Amino acid sequence: MEEELLKIKNLWSGYKETDILKGINLVIKKGDFCGVVGPNGAGKTTLLKNITRILPSRRGKIFLKGRDIAQINTRQLAQKIAVVPQFSVFWFSFTVRDFILLGRIPYLPRFYLEKKEDYQIVEEAMELTGTTDLRERRIGELSGGERQKVVIARSLAQKPEFLLLDEPASHLDIKHQLDILNLIDKLNKEEGVTILMISHDLNLTSHYASKLILMKEGMIFARGTPQEVITEENIKKVYEIKVKINSDGKEKPVINLW
Amino acid sequence: MPGKISRWISWLMILVALLIGVSLLSLAVGAVRIPAKETLSLLVKRILFWQNYPFENTSASIILFKIRLPRLILGIVVGAALSSSGVIFQGMFRNPLVEPYTLGVSGGAAVAVCIMIITGLSKTFSQLIPLSGFLGAIGATILVYFIASSGGRLAIPTLLLTGVIVSFFSSSLIMLLMSISGLEELHGITFWIMGNLQETNLSLILPVSFILLGGIFTSFLFARDLNALSLGEEEAQHLGIEVERTKKILFVLASLLAGVAVSVSGVIGFVGLMIPHFIRNVIDVDHRILLPASVIAGSTFLVGADIVARTILSPRELPVGIITGIIGGIIFIYIIRKRKVEFRW
Repeated sequence: MEEELLKIKNLWSGYKETDILKGINLVIKKGDFCGVVGPNGAGKTTLLKNITRILPSRRGKIFLKGRDIAQINTRQLAQKIAVVPQFSVFWFSFTVRDFILLGRIPYLPRFYLEKKEDYQIVEEAMELTGTTDLRERRIGELSGGERQKVVIARSLAQKPEFLLLDEPASHLDIKHQLDILNLIDKLNKEEGVTILMISHDLNLTSHYASKLILMKEGMIFARGTPQEVITEENIKKVYEIKVKINSDGKEKPVINLW
Repeated sequence: MPGKISRWISWLMILVALLIGVSLLSLAVGAVRIPAKETLSLLVKRILFWQNYPFENTSASIILFKIRLPRLILGIVVGAALSSSGVIFQGMFRNPLVEPYTLGVSGGAAVAVCIMIITGLSKTFSQLIPLSGFLGAIGATILVYFIASSGGRLAIPTLLLTGVIVSFFSSSLIMLLMSISGLEELHGITFWIMGNLQETNLSLILPVSFILLGGIFTSFLFARDLNALSLGEEEAQHLGIEVERTKKILFVLASLLAGVAVSVSGVIGFVGLMIPHFIRNVIDVDHRILLPASVIAGSTFLVGADIVARTILSPRELPVGIITGIIGGIIFIYIIRKRKVEFRW
């Protein structure tokens, strides 16, 4: 039996008066590559914000390795969970290496300088993400694909067990989308990082993820392997469009819109 | 990386050397020039023997210890406080145009001081102007905080906008007060608003210095948090920072630094806005060096500007706030034009 990393029990949450999440139950096991898909407004990002405690839950609890995350302090949580946002805005022109070093903040005492091992971890993160050559460049000068790799490198410098990604490749061209997804896949398979990735690209997500969660109106509509979740019937019910799916039930599903 | 650290330390040493040089110069020059040798020997004697050394009643000694030294101490701590306040505000707001006075601190102080001058209360006892300035600054800060906070959270755009509105409101009030005040009061108000370092009362300057230095060292403890906040608030939380709590502490700290500085020296502009930009461009954007380097550079710049303010039209003295704007503006335009790479923010 694989170890349970994250467990969500009857989670309700939202903004102002409206409930966005309406009773989410979810278990993510160590080593999973879990894709979260669903239409805009289904609550995918809200779910992510609850896991990182940006947003408080109204009802229900989230457990990280059996501990209620409401009881874990922000710093300890940051040593376990790292987040790659959809967009990153760069206000200050750090060099790439200094920017990735910021990922060591959860381990750094006040007004301390990074130690040798922190630099070592940053070097490894740059190597894994293929950003070593960029180290002296300023982040403001990088292309969109390079930036996203640098942001992923920073999240790796946090040495997380659990990596959350919110549409990490949606604003990139197909080559860079593949680059980023191959990188995430490598982190999952070779480094053993558990992945939760929000995406709108059903084909790409199905191809890489081992599990899929399909959300609709704040609830989980379907879950399971990509073959089980991406069916013509589910797509019809959730997205209200008719599609053809090329799959024999064993291969990963591929959606044809026409 | 040792390269980075030795680079930071060399810069700090350069800045400290500059500060010491400018400080000695500021003690030696002025309407009365005290020869460098005499300045040094008086200082050394004073430091070595401290209280045991009988105070020489020579004019050089009086000018040095009763006028120039208090003024130098004031310049150092005010310059340091304004630039650290600027670093904190620019970092937590992630906005290059924010300065210590953006959130209404100077406006509040100025309104209170205006009232004291116009009503003539300022003549009743000498410390009323700094005291009312401080209360005005604190009042404006509390006002901004309560208008802008909602449900225990401080939203940065709301905070910024509220500060700007309170500043506008205060400056309208000041103009109203000025329009109904007499010529003598008008001069007093104008001179105070332009900013000066003429306070020589050590029993005010010393406690103020301790408060400001305490605030500055406290701000150093938040360098790591400011680095995280410079990525954005959600990112800072993802890096383990308690964002709401940290923002509140930093807001209070930076307002206090600016408020105390304003209460003893009036509205000295430019230091808190430009010194942080200067250091970011010349040294690094990392707050662990940006904060201490800006503090020393702010002191150096303000003490230097004060020398100019005292000597350029000697024996007349100009408000140092005018000089910081003129010199600082020229230096800064020069730096922006000279840089081969793009201006860094």
